[in-house]
Amino acid sequence: MNRLASALQDLRALDTLAARDTPLSRRDPRAKLIVTLVFVLTLLSFDRYQVASLLPLALFPVVLAAQAALPARTLAHLLTLAAPFALLVGLANPWFDRTPLLALGGVELSGGWVSFTSILLRVTLSVSATVVLLAGTGMPALCAALARLRVPQVLCTQLLLLHRYLFVLGDEAQRLTTAYRLRSGRTARMPLSHFALLAGQLLLRAHDRAMRLHQAMLARGFAGHLPLSRPMQWRRADTLFVGLWCAWFALVRSIDLALALGRLATGAGA
Amino acid sequence: MNAPGPPPVAFELAHGRRRAPPGVPAIDIRALSHAYADGPTALSGVDLRVEAGEAVAVVGANGAGKSTLLQHINGLLLADSGSVRVEGITVGRGTLAELRRRVGFVFQDPDDQLFMPTVQDDVAFGPCNQGASAQDAQARALAALQAVGAAHLAARAPYRLSGGEKRAVALAGVLAMAPSILVLDEPTAALDPAARRRLIGWLRGFMHTRVIATHDLDLALELCPRVVVLHQGRVAVDGTSAEILSDGGLLAAMGLELPLSRQRERP
Repeated sequence: MNRLASALQDLRALDTLAARDTPLSRRDPRAKLIVTLVFVLTLLSFDRYQVASLLPLALFPVVLAAQAALPARTLAHLLTLAAPFALLVGLANPWFDRTPLLALGGVELSGGWVSFTSILLRVTLSVSATVVLLAGTGMPALCAALARLRVPQVLCTQLLLLHRYLFVLGDEAQRLTTAYRLRSGRTARMPLSHFALLAGQLLLRAHDRAMRLHQAMLARGFAGHLPLSRPMQWRRADTLFVGLWCAWFALVRSIDLALALGRLATGAGA
Repeated sequence: MNAPGPPPVAFELAHGRRRAPPGVPAIDIRALSHAYADGPTALSGVDLRVEAGEAVAVVGANGAGKSTLLQHINGLLLADSGSVRVEGITVGRGTLAELRRRVGFVFQDPDDQLFMPTVQDDVAFGPCNQGASAQDAQARALAALQAVGAAHLAARAPYRLSGGEKRAVALAGVLAMAPSILVLDEPTAALDPAARRRLIGWLRGFMHTRVIATHDLDLALELCPRVVVLHQGRVAVDGTSAEILSDGGLLAAMGLELPLSRQRERP
């Protein structure tokens, strides 16, 4: 199986996982969406040289992944998909920012390396939280939650169809490349001229298929916005869920827990 | 005496929700023509009248215009000239919503139809669009799945199903909307013999008006007392299936051949 197919399979697995009955899937989609949003904002609000003080935030994706019974393999796969972006963003930092910031056992670490580590950590945490959100909610419910939170209906439907057509595009691309490889006799990289031809074909085929899908949706009464097929009900447990996690984020943001714990362990004074 | 209540869901699934006044034909197509922007004329001057409760097979060679004709019945395509009326309603931009309540369309490739993450949610998609509450839609979805023996698939992901299972779920998705007319495009394509047999069983049990485009002439013979043969965008023959489907010469001229069951009867 090629990389594209395996990436799509992992993405698709999230929707299948979300359809199961787990402690996380029972929470109102709006509650999960709000908490994840606050989580990402909290992550972003930290100074760029912070590493250790971010660590207590990892509790959030870890606990939610356990609640969603998300297989570690799926999470790891999707994290590796996001990793190149994080590397691209952070890799220049060690070059530009060479001021020594801290010393670890005699080795001096520049500010660039620290901020690079901080970026990697932030990406890992925010991508994990997003993956867990998807695996515990599912795209349709998530879009419905966005609509309930007053995000314009057009955007919610766009997002949902984007998600749906991603698989259409992926399926078509997979069929094209399989057909190409079977008859081209090549196992190495495809020449650019062939790639251009295939990309054009892909666009046309995916467009045709997308039109058929849209027709099938119209035939079943689709009128531009996605109806909610499962009831959404905000319970007291949802308020508690949002309240407790936001309190934890506020605590981590205001007190450097890693430092405090270290001081407690070593008995050092403030 | 008790006043009759609303029909139970099971009844609606098997019969469809009757909406047409008596005496009005289910489908009334007159002088219908259609040409695609980038191709030759697909239909020219097609006349077809289907009475409520009738089962009609539309047969013809590849490119004869079967799918194009079917797509005019629920307004996926609009007539270039001529008219299409469904239960007395003229197909046009203003009537599409109402049409789609009445006409259930089962597509040739179930993969084009199924898109929600679970089977039950997918089947509930139609009823939700019709304004059913989430709870009601789920109940209808489950009942429709039961009607095609697929209730055990409710929690599965559609893309993981076998071809036969996908077909059953696609059919359930349409049944759940309680249409009075079922339009099916190649319903037995790519099915194994057992799945095909099951599908024929369900379709025979339904009381909806049924229009079935198919290359499976044995299915046409079994399910539809009436056959319409399309040839190069026109209705070439319209008559009883017993008569048309045993006329080897006629079928050969249309790019077809005798149903397998009829071929065996011949020496």
